[in-house]
Amino acid sequence: MPLDNNIIAHWKKSEFLLIGGSAGSFKLIFNIVKNFNADLDKAVIIIIHRKRNFFSEIEKLFAENSRISLKEITDKEVIRNNTIYIAPANYHTLIEKNGSFALDVSEAVWYSRPSIDVTFESAAEAFKGRCTAILLSGANQDGAAGLLKLRDNGCLTIAQNPEEAEMPQMPLAAIEINAADYILNSEEIFGLLQK
Amino acid sequence: MMSTEQEILSAQQLDELIDLIKKFHGFDFSCYSKASLKRRVIRIMQNKKQTFYDLKHTLVNNQHFFQEFLDEITVNVTEMFRDPSFYKAINNQVIPYLSTYQHIKLWSAGCSSGEEVYSLAILMNETGLRKKSFIYGTDINTEMLKEARKGIFSLKKIKSYAENYQYSGLKGSLTDHFTIMYDAATIHSELKHNTLFSVHNLVSDAIFNEFQLISCRNVFIYFESELQEKILELFYNSLAPLGFLCMGSKETIRSDKFKKKFKVINSKENIYQKIAT
Repeated sequence: MPLDNNIIAHWKKSEFLLIGGSAGSFKLIFNIVKNFNADLDKAVIIIIHRKRNFFSEIEKLFAENSRISLKEITDKEVIRNNTIYIAPANYHTLIEKNGSFALDVSEAVWYSRPSIDVTFESAAEAFKGRCTAILLSGANQDGAAGLLKLRDNGCLTIAQNPEEAEMPQMPLAAIEINAADYILNSEEIFGLLQK
Repeated sequence: MMSTEQEILSAQQLDELIDLIKKFHGFDFSCYSKASLKRRVIRIMQNKKQTFYDLKHTLVNNQHFFQEFLDEITVNVTEMFRDPSFYKAINNQVIPYLSTYQHIKLWSAGCSSGEEVYSLAILMNETGLRKKSFIYGTDINTEMLKEARKGIFSLKKIKSYAENYQYSGLKGSLTDHFTIMYDAATIHSELKHNTLFSVHNLVSDAIFNEFQLISCRNVFIYFESELQEKILELFYNSLAPLGFLCMGSKETIRSDKFKKKFKVINSKENIYQKIAT
């Protein structure tokens, strides 16, 4: 699917980018982070499913390869422009209407904490149409309902093409409920984010 | 309106509920983080198939329902030895200091079903400080405190807590501290002996003792910044000189006033020490 003017325009005017990924999405997210221009001029919020006692050094690895400041989210932190935020393991990340993060340790959603649905749903209310959201590879259906809510609130919503996703279930679940404005291959996603 | 979606609960309706709960039940949720609170309330409405008006009506007219409501909106998800690296840090950096005291009083604020209280009790036992320590667990939810006092946990839960225990660096295994019968594990009575569970509301209640250590982890996340600062004042005043304050690993002291009053002992685990004045 070629990138039309609508998608490019909506992406360009977005103040926030949300990325949700699970199994099979790590490399893709790493490459997205690596390829951002220094003057991205948006806040990026990344939710990746992670194990609770698995202290991976994702933040460190990502930060070393990013041109933009990158940090793990802490509670009540105010969201700043041109910054990449990673959701911490073992918490849900919510977004308050005043533009700050709020964490929560309530029950896992789709066996996941962080849950992509939880962040997407609160972002839909806080950001309304001011954001772009991408749902990538994953082996469950977390993120689909959240993506739909974002779409209903006027956000630009993108699902990775299930045919090329390592784990197709997650983007597929979103497409099945008509939550995605666009279905893109990873190369097209990279292309869009460079605009 | 851009949105075509009918909102289940508007911000204004949430405020209305908060007012009503304060008036009829005496709990003040006005300074709770709104995104999380709203999500909890919507969850109840969906589970009970209630509209906003049904919910309001039930909250006023059904006293029994309020307990259920409270259980749902105060998040009671907790684990023993949650964040094992925290317990490791306490063992290495705080215990040597605490061991110099004649009596050690600890306060687990927002203790829910007691998992943190018993984790601390096990830690004090393993470090030989059990006999001179006393642990207070407080919460606003009386039903949760009843559970906590029992000290009984399902085997399924104990299994997941045991994994945390292994990472905490303590010797032996978690089940060494429990008596297991059928599918439940009961904490050893000598560990329970030095604990006390009682009702305390961080939003409205005052100082009740002086402590060498206060642990309030993953409770601040449910409060807005101004309320966090108010509770920091309560904690500061409840700590003995050079006492320790432990917060959740993703929480932090944001207020400049209190940043000056606490020394950072471990920035990753968010362990602070009160600066003597």
